[in-house]
Amino acid sequence: MTRRTAVTGIGVVAPGGPTREAFWQRVLEGRPAVRTITAFDPSPFRSQVAAECDDVPDLHEDRYISMAAAAADEAVADAGIDLSTVDPFTVGVSMGTAVGASLRLEEEYARASDKGHVWTVDGTRVHSDLYPALVPSSLATEVAIRLRARGPVMTISTGCTSGIDSIGVAHELIVDGEADVVIAGASDAPVTPITAASFDAIRATTPRNEDPVTASRPFDATREGFVLGEGAAVLVLEELSAARRRGARIYCELAGYAGRANSFHMTGLKPDGTEMAEAIRIALRRAGLQPGQVDYISAHGSGTKQNDRHETAAFKLALGEHARSTPISSIKAVVGHSLGAIGAIEMAACALAIRDRVVPPTANLRNPSPECDLDYVPLIARQHHVRSALSVGSGFGGFQSAMVFSEIADGGR
Amino acid sequence: MSQDPIVITGLGVVAPNGIGTEQQWKATLAKRSGIAPLPEDVRGGSGLPAGGLVADFDADQFVVDRQRVQTDRWTWFCLAAAELCLADAELDFDRTDPYCLSVVTPSSTGGNVFGQRELQSLWSKGPRAVTAYQSVAWFYAASAGQLSIRHGFKGRCTVTVADGAGGLAAAGAALRMLRSEPDQRVLVAGGEAPFSPYSVVCHQKRTDLSRSGDYQPFRTPATGGVIGEGGAALLVETLESATARRAPGRYAELASVACTHDAHDHVLAPPTPDALAAAITRALWRADVTPAEVDIVFADGNGAEDWDALEVAALRSCLGAQLADVPIVVPKTMTGRLNSAGALLDLCWAAQALVYDVAPPSLGADEPGRLDVVGEPCFAAGLSVALVVARGAGGFNAAAVLKSIGGRA
Repeated sequence: MTRRTAVTGIGVVAPGGPTREAFWQRVLEGRPAVRTITAFDPSPFRSQVAAECDDVPDLHEDRYISMAAAAADEAVADAGIDLSTVDPFTVGVSMGTAVGASLRLEEEYARASDKGHVWTVDGTRVHSDLYPALVPSSLATEVAIRLRARGPVMTISTGCTSGIDSIGVAHELIVDGEADVVIAGASDAPVTPITAASFDAIRATTPRNEDPVTASRPFDATREGFVLGEGAAVLVLEELSAARRRGARIYCELAGYAGRANSFHMTGLKPDGTEMAEAIRIALRRAGLQPGQVDYISAHGSGTKQNDRHETAAFKLALGEHARSTPISSIKAVVGHSLGAIGAIEMAACALAIRDRVVPPTANLRNPSPECDLDYVPLIARQHHVRSALSVGSGFGGFQSAMVFSEIADGGR
Repeated sequence: MSQDPIVITGLGVVAPNGIGTEQQWKATLAKRSGIAPLPEDVRGGSGLPAGGLVADFDADQFVVDRQRVQTDRWTWFCLAAAELCLADAELDFDRTDPYCLSVVTPSSTGGNVFGQRELQSLWSKGPRAVTAYQSVAWFYAASAGQLSIRHGFKGRCTVTVADGAGGLAAAGAALRMLRSEPDQRVLVAGGEAPFSPYSVVCHQKRTDLSRSGDYQPFRTPATGGVIGEGGAALLVETLESATARRAPGRYAELASVACTHDAHDHVLAPPTPDALAAAITRALWRADVTPAEVDIVFADGNGAEDWDALEVAALRSCLGAQLADVPIVVPKTMTGRLNSAGALLDLCWAAQALVYDVAPPSLGADEPGRLDVVGEPCFAAGLSVALVVARGAGGFNAAAVLKSIGGRA
């Protein structure tokens, strides 16, 4: 019998919204949580704005792990699953991150190298055991320890598609029978000098510093780049029939996942969107859906010139005429681009869109770009029965990922 | 879901004791070690005196100029191992749908030298001194993206991170891909280059590493482990795919992979070996192999007392009396532990062991220890089933089973 994957719990830590419902409310209101960077002095940088999280619980010495732990706790509580009653070897963890503990690694580096003045750093000036910070596998480890998950546990680090891919891998673990429950999601805390400088160098982030609230403008004719963000989202995924047996509330089914690479350029995108379209087609096929059955698309919508053009072309290629009548939005104008985490946050948004039959808006979209000529749901959320939602992501390395969620009648009960 | 056997049709190795699969296999059988003193500027005050170093690696031989300037040494190892693997597999790119070529890389510490150089530029000269390549060179997915671009792979690209168990986790990801998309050919390629001064400082407080430079797993008293650099790669595909394209060689069947986690502590060893034992048991079960059918074990061989004791206990509980008879090997005593690439190197050794019916040796086997390991190359006619065990810091456990397909077909 084919095994299927149900989404039964959601936890989110996002800029402007430290919990799932606070995040969702903010996204539906289209109210950007972007401000001048407070984590460090941004004045020497080209891009000086970010979507930062406040009130992150101090659950671990690495901020990205703290956010993931908080999101995981919320997701498990939301799922109402008592993991102590489940065989721990059937519980897996698949967590994504793009840059891991780069925040702490950079802080410790600055101290040990006397702010970069020596190449051979002084190990006696390092405060702690840095090995767990060096390896992003510590993210999955922490979630596994926290929840006593002893099945397949791993971190997935595919840059900006990490969030989609980690949940995609979790889905495969369930379908393949390697786990019955997987705690899956992603987290990143990249608001750091080195990450900001990296994106400055390739002019990927916005220079619109004077007005942070409108700095991220996906699909707008005046868009100038993305806004760095941070955050985490975690989903509880369960084998569908088991979730039904325990009477779980089911947000939706994770119905199809696929990834493809453009094999073109580490940061560049061809305008034609061919490979993303291919990923979408395969994800839909696995979900058993026709292009005309997609009710909502959560776009990557980073707000860079090339991404939004590329993505628009991909939607047209994959969905044909139906692309023109499908509501599409990007929540990055509100919560920024949290690199590896954002894919998981956007998937949480898809599940909530299905639950509430509403499509979140694209904030700051006041002057639609002629080259982004689809229905990008400007400014105002829209009531809409979302039976199937598609979420896509695009990342450095040329990675293109797509995920399909489908409504389950009566919440699966 | 496809049930067609998954076979290994290409190998590539760039190791401290040899570059190239055959050359490195011969070096291994000759017990040639690539573990050497770390350069003073790398070692610093870390207390880690030695590492597995690929001393004679010429990046120009494997990495085109354009890619070399924008990548770190760990990506060079990955690209080199992949180049050797794909040549070995004789994959005809002109006759292969690029969407049917996928990449899985295990990753662990990223681009250490490149990253430290850019951090130094940032902190000593300011943000404008950071180069455009920093955004794509140090991050954990850099090698997967570069492999896809270098070879025109447009299928899935994914990156598994499970510390020293990451190589087997990557092989497991490849198995899942091939079951759901049997028309894929999956390149599983990993590299590690941990020898920047800052990265070594990050390793300095690990209690499982050797302070003497010796690496002799299961010995009492324990030595601890030694970290190493290098890369390894495998091409895996369904038997049907390999047959259809008349692949020149099939080393072995990748019959199963199973992963578990201790869920105990980021650093400390767990109180019991049950999670590692569960990984081994599951791998055997998925491969439809009984403990009595295991012909050779490639042990993880951490080198630290508590971790070695756990592995012995796990193997004893899974293999029972068979443990006394089956050859236990730890050839990584000649290379050091290559973190996420290490288990891929073990898979390469295991595949060759099945082809040549030879158990490769381990260094330090003449010392008394918790477990008898094979100290000299050992011809063993009819090697059919190899068990590979890998663990990673933080509690990651993995096991894989390779089955012989009767010599290199």
